[in-house]
Amino acid sequence: MKITVDEVKCCGAGQCVLIAPEVFDQRDEDGIVILLDAAPAAEQHAAVREAASVCPAAAIHLGEEA
Amino acid sequence: MTTSPETAPAPAGIPDLPDPRSARCPFDPSPQMRGLAAFGPVFRVRNWDGKTPWVVTSHAEQKALLSDNRLSVDFAAPGFPSPIARHGGGEGESEVHGEAAQDGDNHGVTDLSFVGMDDPEHARLRRMVSGVFTIKRVEAMRPAVQELVDGFIDRLLDGPKPVDLVQAFSLPIPSLVISELLGVPYGDHEFFQINSKTLVSLTATPAERHSAHTALVDYLDQLVGERLGNPGEDVLSRLAAQVRAGELTRREVAVMGVLLLLGGHETTANMITLGILLLLQHPRQAARVRDAEDPEVVVGAVEELLRFLTIAHLGRRRTALEDIEIAGQTIRKGEGVIMLGELANRDPSVFPDPDRLDITRDARQHQAFGAGTHHCIGQPLARMELQVIYPALLRRIPTLRLATELDQVPFKFDAVIYGAHELHVTW
Repeated sequence: MKITVDEVKCCGAGQCVLIAPEVFDQRDEDGIVILLDAAPAAEQHAAVREAASVCPAAAIHLGEEA
Repeated sequence: MTTSPETAPAPAGIPDLPDPRSARCPFDPSPQMRGLAAFGPVFRVRNWDGKTPWVVTSHAEQKALLSDNRLSVDFAAPGFPSPIARHGGGEGESEVHGEAAQDGDNHGVTDLSFVGMDDPEHARLRRMVSGVFTIKRVEAMRPAVQELVDGFIDRLLDGPKPVDLVQAFSLPIPSLVISELLGVPYGDHEFFQINSKTLVSLTATPAERHSAHTALVDYLDQLVGERLGNPGEDVLSRLAAQVRAGELTRREVAVMGVLLLLGGHETTANMITLGILLLLQHPRQAARVRDAEDPEVVVGAVEELLRFLTIAHLGRRRTALEDIEIAGQTIRKGEGVIMLGELANRDPSVFPDPDRLDITRDARQHQAFGAGTHHCIGQPLARMELQVIYPALLRRIPTLRLATELDQVPFKFDAVIYGAHELHVTW
């Protein structure tokens, strides 16, 4: 899994931080997403998929290559 | 002036907007729009001003369009389908506010800061304040909100009953929370609550809304002025620093302050009132919220109540900046588009058996807060407040019940944000 985030589209809702806190965080100054781990371990994949699906701005993109 | 050149009669068969909810099903979306949605998710309606914008009813198409920068939120765009420029005049009259019916102005919609701006200016302003609502900052406020809520419940229990839950509980709690966060003296709550209510009323005249908006902006402007010389820790001080840095004008901060103040109390207050009312209609689900040891049960219940109620029920309104193909229709450049969130949130392809309230379902895909870059900025705070309030009230007053019949509840069919004007409860 290879994660990319779109900081321009991000609306800072923080849903990803609630669902996958080891992979996503928020910038203190404006709440925009910080990607902590672009290629997380397999046990994180389900949470990351959920975060991408729930993201209200559709700002999380998932690729399958390592 | 009763009409304008562009308010030609729409072709027969086009349904009218606004299209009120049915008083017999006060928790459900308008039956007419739902019926039409069955024939396809994108169709034309006739707005109150005679224009014929598109309505989008399905979840997937709404989410796609709300994230699509080919749509503008600018209230002043010629095709913008205004929700609220109608006079509260006589029954059946289609009197149109003269100024509002002309293109190129705000269509009677008051200046709500970045809510009415497109990116990149929208993002520039929004991101000056969005850091206030990070998950971490909102979580840090949770104990103080819990304490505040407990205090209000103590006073309910010590006070007379029946009591109007709106005035004694639903309205003051989020008003206090947002006042403190912004740095607005809560002692002025009657002033800002009354003017906020006028701003979201569909029956107020444009002049009344304008006057309420001016009063609020002037009030916030004065507070910003105080923060310029004497900053504190509050949000107005944070924004006043941007004035000193030359990034924002004082008026821009005042208007942003009005938006945050209005959005911070009026919406949350209505969710508190309607959420409690809905739970009282579903005692077994209320008991689950009351007795939950796992906080995730409450989190899930709040999401389901947000989905089911969708109190921002006038549609998210946009204007197409280019031709857009969607669901077999072509929305032409310049035409209005209205995303009906209350229908997205009852879309059976996303929420099976959507008219059933089920606090155990996964409702997180709901669009009660919108979607895309304009997704509600205050939603983490609203969610946290609701997660504290529903279980606290049900636990401390387990025999809480409606003091009237359901059909006597004065629902806000006449407001931009749905809710109830009063809710008399006892125990």
